[in-house]
Amino acid sequence: MRELAYYQAKFEALHEIMAADERVHLINGTFLSLSPHRHVYQELVKKYRDRIMSPPISELGFCGLATGAAMAGLRPIVDISTGSFIFEGWPQVVNEAANAFSMSGGQTRVPVVFHLFHGLRGGGAAQHSASPQAMLWNNPGLEIVLPSSPRDVKGLLKTAVASDNPTIFVDHVQLLEVKGEVPENDAPIPFGAADVKRQGSDVTVISTSYMVQRCLQVAEKLSAERISVEVVDPRTLVPFDMATLMTSVAKTGRVVIVDETHQSCGVAAEIAARIAEAGFDKLKAPLRRVATLDVPVPYSPPLEEYIGPREDRIIEAIRTVLR
Amino acid sequence: MWLIRAFEEKVSALYAARQIVGLLHLGIGQEAVAAGTCSLLRTDDYVFGGHRSHGHAIAKGADIKRLMAEIAGRATGYCAGKGGSMHIVAMDAGFVTATGVVGGTIPLALGAAFAAKENGKGQVAVVFFGDGAGQAGPFHESLNIASLWRLPVIFVCENNGYAEFTPLSAHTLVERLARHAQTYKIPSSTVDGNDLLKVRDAMAEAVRRARAGKGPAFVEFLTHRLRGHYEGDPAKYRELSQLAEWKAKDPIARFTRELKRKKAISDKEVEAIKDEARDLVERAAQFAIDSPWPAGEEVDSQVTA
Repeated sequence: MRELAYYQAKFEALHEIMAADERVHLINGTFLSLSPHRHVYQELVKKYRDRIMSPPISELGFCGLATGAAMAGLRPIVDISTGSFIFEGWPQVVNEAANAFSMSGGQTRVPVVFHLFHGLRGGGAAQHSASPQAMLWNNPGLEIVLPSSPRDVKGLLKTAVASDNPTIFVDHVQLLEVKGEVPENDAPIPFGAADVKRQGSDVTVISTSYMVQRCLQVAEKLSAERISVEVVDPRTLVPFDMATLMTSVAKTGRVVIVDETHQSCGVAAEIAARIAEAGFDKLKAPLRRVATLDVPVPYSPPLEEYIGPREDRIIEAIRTVLR
Repeated sequence: MWLIRAFEEKVSALYAARQIVGLLHLGIGQEAVAAGTCSLLRTDDYVFGGHRSHGHAIAKGADIKRLMAEIAGRATGYCAGKGGSMHIVAMDAGFVTATGVVGGTIPLALGAAFAAKENGKGQVAVVFFGDGAGQAGPFHESLNIASLWRLPVIFVCENNGYAEFTPLSAHTLVERLARHAQTYKIPSSTVDGNDLLKVRDAMAEAVRRARAGKGPAFVEFLTHRLRGHYEGDPAKYRELSQLAEWKAKDPIARFTRELKRKKAISDKEVEAIKDEARDLVERAAQFAIDSPWPAGEEVDSQVTA
């Protein structure tokens, strides 16, 4: 099967989306952060110059603009770029876009996509490394998507644009170079469908975004010790596929949740709570979370590495639940 | 204007009688801006409001029964009781949304204007906001982008002298908010907002420019709300003499006098218009009060589409 780098699959999706629907406009950013592959963005601009907008650095202004344009029938995709910058447009995202459908009694649809890069990126420090998806999950009215592979980024981006809801597309710069199989003419991936990224029988590791890649490496490593790790990727937080998760939990009875949001009230915390409510009796050992420590993200490489869901912490957590 | 006045007086009465419970902001005294502006718009033009927007929605053509029911929190309201007084949406009339956040809809109106420009049908977007919004971030970011991209949006500032409970002078040294538009190279004017014909003249020019693809405009209307910031606000921060002065400038009385001076309307016709407005509003109020409350289970039915 055809293999593509993540960024290639993502831009293949953007080309197909732009070609299929004239209502789609790209607003701000390059969808690449600081990746050197700028040429793929330039190709898109060359082809769709009139529908690719570069606003001033006014997140409040352009997040609102995209929301209002969606209310009026367009389907904009906004690149917030660095996830921390969504805080500059926050009121328009969480207080206007997210509330509009419910607050209007279903009169107003807001088909806007807010794309951002979250997480530890290497020297971003506290103001360029946020993972805002946990805060956003706490705000009803948004759909939240986190791809972790080339195939997923393409299929999920298409579904995000087709959705009539404001959708947060949570990306990670560390994924851009990841290679993987992407079938030609692949179907869009529906929201609310978790994906078992690796089959296993001893322990269920639930993880999202770039952490899925890290967990797959851990699973491979532990297979040498005859520890069989099942890696489950929810792919979307809203809607959330509890059934696939619980099938895996019922099978292994042991759970580790690995996620890059902060530990307290983070994505891992919410998933842990849901598993405890839905299947506490299925657990053979207390579940464990591996999340980012509850500190502002530090700058220095050893400090940044220390606070994240490191490989050694993931392995330790797996060993603990297996004991 | 009479319909808006009668509607809001009824809302006030229902609130006093505890038949409406909720946070209410009335625009009694500011009707000329809503009526004058919206009388120049098409149904497919986009209008955005703020927390004091009953009048804007009515002027744009919202159904007053569904509007009253919404303010009363009933299932038959425009938003099925989920939005209420501050978050009116009447998509059928092109009233896209109001907001409870000062300045919150200004960037949204940019987006509708952006869509209008793409649609190429000569639609415009109009956003109403108060003087309090002029000191907020979305106001400035939006004026800049509207100017830069020549969007067909008209910023309508209802400068009623008070941002919530404090006079504008406590918030900014800029006395006329139209000055900000000059900074961003947007054509602007400051106009007597209690004179219906002047409102129409100023807006006609702004709408004409926007429809012709000549970009945004900013109109600051000087007006006054004759009630407090919210229903129940005793408004002790306001001098009685100031209130009396503005009551003398009541936009409805002024326009009626003007029509009579020109012999364009008789006393009898004036009474007939008032009676009709009151009658329509009474029926809307009855509809609202007779309507069922929404059921609790309905709350999770419309979180996402």
